[in-house]
Amino acid sequence: MALLELEGIETYYGRVRALNGISLSVDTGEVVALIGSNGAGKTTTLRTISGLQHPARGSISFAGQVITGVSAARRVGLGIGQSPEGRRLFGRMSVLDNLVLGSYTRRDRAGIQRDMDRVFELFPRLKERSGQISGTLSGGEQQMLAIGRALMSQPKILMLDEPSLGLAPILQETIFSIIAEINGQGTPILLVEQNALKALEVADRAYVLETGTIVKEGTGEELLHSEDVAKAYLGM
Amino acid sequence: MSIALQRTRSIANGRLGSLLLLLALCVVLIVVGQRVLSGGLSFFIQILVFGLANGAIYGLVALGYTMVYGIIELINFAHGDLVTLGAFIGLAFFPIFGLVEGKDLGIIGVAALAAVFLIAMVLTGGINVLIERVAYRPLRNSPRLAPLITAVGMSFVLQGIMYLWKGAFQIHVPDILPGTRLPLGPGASVGVKDLIVIAIAVVLVIGLNLFIDRTRLGKAMRATAQDRDAAQLMGIDINRTIAATFFIGAVLAASAGMIRGLYFNTVNFSDGYQLGLFAFTAAVFGGIGNIQGAALGGLFIGLVKAYGDAYFSSAWTDVYVFAILILVLVFRPSGLLGMRVPEK
Repeated sequence: MALLELEGIETYYGRVRALNGISLSVDTGEVVALIGSNGAGKTTTLRTISGLQHPARGSISFAGQVITGVSAARRVGLGIGQSPEGRRLFGRMSVLDNLVLGSYTRRDRAGIQRDMDRVFELFPRLKERSGQISGTLSGGEQQMLAIGRALMSQPKILMLDEPSLGLAPILQETIFSIIAEINGQGTPILLVEQNALKALEVADRAYVLETGTIVKEGTGEELLHSEDVAKAYLGM
Repeated sequence: MSIALQRTRSIANGRLGSLLLLLALCVVLIVVGQRVLSGGLSFFIQILVFGLANGAIYGLVALGYTMVYGIIELINFAHGDLVTLGAFIGLAFFPIFGLVEGKDLGIIGVAALAAVFLIAMVLTGGINVLIERVAYRPLRNSPRLAPLITAVGMSFVLQGIMYLWKGAFQIHVPDILPGTRLPLGPGASVGVKDLIVIAIAVVLVIGLNLFIDRTRLGKAMRATAQDRDAAQLMGIDINRTIAATFFIGAVLAASAGMIRGLYFNTVNFSDGYQLGLFAFTAAVFGGIGNIQGAALGGLFIGLVKAYGDAYFSSAWTDVYVFAILILVLVFRPSGLLGMRVPEK
């Protein structure tokens, strides 16, 4: 059984159906990408997994436990970490306070310190700026902080929503290599990206979403070379 | 109201408007100056201390408005009534703890008074948590007007309950604080009472600041105030955090009610309503949602009221306090301190 499994998830915003029976899975060690155009339901899928949005139908299970009815806050403790769309940092707090809040569910001081060091190792910029108010960081630094903050909860799975959005190409490269590095250290990743090419390159497997439905799935390699995916999302 | 505000704004923006405003300000300053000079320095200082003591009470109440607004953007119109409720609850425990008028407090008395404070604060806090649970939480995702109207209704409910409890009388609060006055000069003195009130308020405000800055729950409250969804993604239980905010706000309100009762030695079931409006003005003046702003705003309103009452007439208190509210809303809606750093 996979680490994370979605079965026939339907999510509504008011009366508008945003997800139309989504089933997907992420296994230990994997990088799984979710690609699709704007409004296809990628962010809604992540919000449903993290519990910010509740599905009308379907079930979500994580690490062998059905979590459909579990609150968003408790899911963090179970090991679901997310760097949300738009980063959603606590803009009036310092970099350090943001990271400390990332470890909110934990009590193991030594472990928290170890993970803090690890985040600073991944993102040396954050260490330099640890006392700075996070709202005054550059876009790239904010993205690093959002990822670092999610890592502070010691997630068993890390969900990243548009980590490269709005960043200069060189910074995008950095972010993607860091994603690979985090995954290399053993954390599976569910990645939502508008930069489909990059996402498919780094992903083991990927799903293609269209208006709330998964229309295609396969390995990153397969989708990279699939003609309709190339036409629709890679601009080829 | 909004039409009147717009008109005020257009007049204020015009050249003639600014000239008139300047003229009015000059007249006020001259009149004030004259009266201050003829009143003498020690009288001025006496009023200063009285104003600070009053302002400390407003500040404690304003903190509750600002914290609740900061976390769920609700102007909690029932907040002022918690002040009276706290005083009523405390009053009920006075005889049980042997706190009666005319006896020197002594160490045991101080301990007993502290215990009564604690009981009043905790019970009022608990009641406010209950109110949030039954009246505001179900409306959290409704349009903002719904909880606002509910808060107004809750204010009437609380006043009704307190009216049934004690009636419409002025209830006497035992005069147990030392009545000693320290001489300041010819015809003026400062009460030890005033100093005690200011000291208690200062300790509470500093404690609150440390709590919000340093503790886990304090950080969770700030995070929830800034971004509720992101707070949940940190694993913060926002229901508990919001409940804690209501608890702390009510604790401060109850302490203000107790302090006020001991200071003026009288309390009426409707006192909190009026006090709440002043404290709300203080919170807006300081920048609603801003903790330091609320404390400063409270002191400011207290001083304005004290000096206004002393040099003009207490019949006009409402007019100039609410004139301040309107001026702030027109010219600086984000308040004195506002929000300092950009959102998101």
